[in-house]
Amino acid sequence: MTRPGVETGGRGSGDDASRRGRWLVVGPPFLWLGLFFLLPFLIVARMSLSERATARPPYRPAFAWEDGPAGWWDKLGQLSLDNFVSLLDEPLYLDALFTSLRIAATATLILILIGYPIAYAMARAPGRLRPILVTLAILPFWTSFLIRVYAWIGILKPEGLLNAALAAIGVIDEPLQILDTEIAVQIGLVYSYLPFMVLPIYASLEKLDGTLLEAAQDLGCPPWKAFWLVTVPLSMPGVLAGAFLVFIPALGEFVVPDLLGGSETLMIGRTLWSEFFSNRDWPLASAVAIVLLVVILGPMLLWRAVPQRDAEAGR
Amino acid sequence: MTGGLTRFNIVSLVLGFSFLYLPIVLLVAFSFNESRLVTVWGGFSTRWYGELFRNQQMIDAAWVTVRVGLVSATVATVLGTLAAVALVRFQRFRARMLFTGMVYAPLVMPEVITGLSLLLLFVSLDMDRGFWTITIAHVTLTMCFVTVVVQSRLLTFDRSLEEAALDLGATPLRAFLSVTLPLIAPAVAAGWMLAFTLSLDDLVIASFTSGPGATTLPMRIYSQARLGVSPEINAACTILIGVVAIAIVMASLATKRGLLVGRST
Repeated sequence: MTRPGVETGGRGSGDDASRRGRWLVVGPPFLWLGLFFLLPFLIVARMSLSERATARPPYRPAFAWEDGPAGWWDKLGQLSLDNFVSLLDEPLYLDALFTSLRIAATATLILILIGYPIAYAMARAPGRLRPILVTLAILPFWTSFLIRVYAWIGILKPEGLLNAALAAIGVIDEPLQILDTEIAVQIGLVYSYLPFMVLPIYASLEKLDGTLLEAAQDLGCPPWKAFWLVTVPLSMPGVLAGAFLVFIPALGEFVVPDLLGGSETLMIGRTLWSEFFSNRDWPLASAVAIVLLVVILGPMLLWRAVPQRDAEAGR
Repeated sequence: MTGGLTRFNIVSLVLGFSFLYLPIVLLVAFSFNESRLVTVWGGFSTRWYGELFRNQQMIDAAWVTVRVGLVSATVATVLGTLAAVALVRFQRFRARMLFTGMVYAPLVMPEVITGLSLLLLFVSLDMDRGFWTITIAHVTLTMCFVTVVVQSRLLTFDRSLEEAALDLGATPLRAFLSVTLPLIAPAVAAGWMLAFTLSLDDLVIASFTSGPGATTLPMRIYSQARLGVSPEINAACTILIGVVAIAIVMASLATKRGLLVGRST
């Protein structure tokens, strides 16, 4: 995978000119991400400890810039965990968190079950067909997420296309209420995230050495057993990568539950949104963000660990 | 891995891809529907496109969206390419762990968190919210995707060409500009396209970071979509899909030509 040439850290890495050259490369993206990605999280953390106020902007800061380090030290003693306490007190928030975890986990499971056969078929397809299939799997990713979710409203609503089709073939008499339920959210999630599951699984299946399967067969192993004992374990990195790519964003998903889930399906991303935009409670919204961040941190660190292990195995 | 397709494989492919494409096809088809109802086909018509073009709010939003996309994709491509070069070429430098973390985290970070945190940053910096804050937010979101695209190209690229240039006395900058950059150009172009389409699509981050007077097209589409399906929105979506489709065709042509150039050198 990684060629030895790539690993040597460049020529003469000791001297000043090359070090300056390196920082010209690393510096701009590093500073940008530090300022616009890392620093904002600290501000969210600060905000989550602030009190709500009827002002513009609607909060009283826990640490003000003008206090200086000495002032901040004083204020450490009077930080308010009120926002987190109210998150625990209101069953609404915990419910939203558990609903999100349940929905994201179910969607991930369904995606593995649907995505695996598709990826498997793609990997078995004749060589000249494969690039076309890969392009077909990637294309939806390029079309707007919002549009793809919106398209389902017209299909799922009571007077929509699915109900019309089902009524036409005589399966149902009364239109089914699918839109504004959890089922609609599941459909929307599975639909929007399918390419993210198919592509990593396909990538690991494509690399699979066919002679291993032949060897299993020569040794008298029936095809289903060879599939279960050889193909499935070897494609596990792809399945795991897909699961992380799907589970983490699905947990904080806003668009799908908001457009398809109606008012009943509360997911944590939506709670954050409504605390922020409807209730204008910025500190509480920040506390929700911190909780969500802590919840996804575990899977995220795991996700980072997987490709590294993979790369090391490749070396 | 090969082995030919069984009937089960063919069925999964057909079902899988119809599931992926049918909703989009239906959406496009019904944008040409004369009738306002989604389930009734009232004949072919471009009436909704006419109404869309008379809707000044939509036109304004589209204009904001395109400008944000062009500016943010360009900045994101420069920063993302630099980050990719840094990740591939410099195996060891201080804070590399932090750097890779910051590059990969935005890929999976829920958008509500990114949006909220950027907004709070803009508020504490006392920046006026509008075009520039959306653009900065989109650069932050999309540069990581550029990095991933460019990085994969850099990893498969023949380093000896660059080393030859350096051995012949080119400065590292010169070697990068005249050898490396032309060779990775297709990936850089694809990264730009990806950044542009991601910016064109984004609803959540734009909603958090926009201010009065800067409403993007997805924000308009969203506020109308909440009220239900309308053929006018279908028409707007169809145009967006068309723009993205043209961008992809152009990107794939660029990649193909790039591959040919790469082969001839």
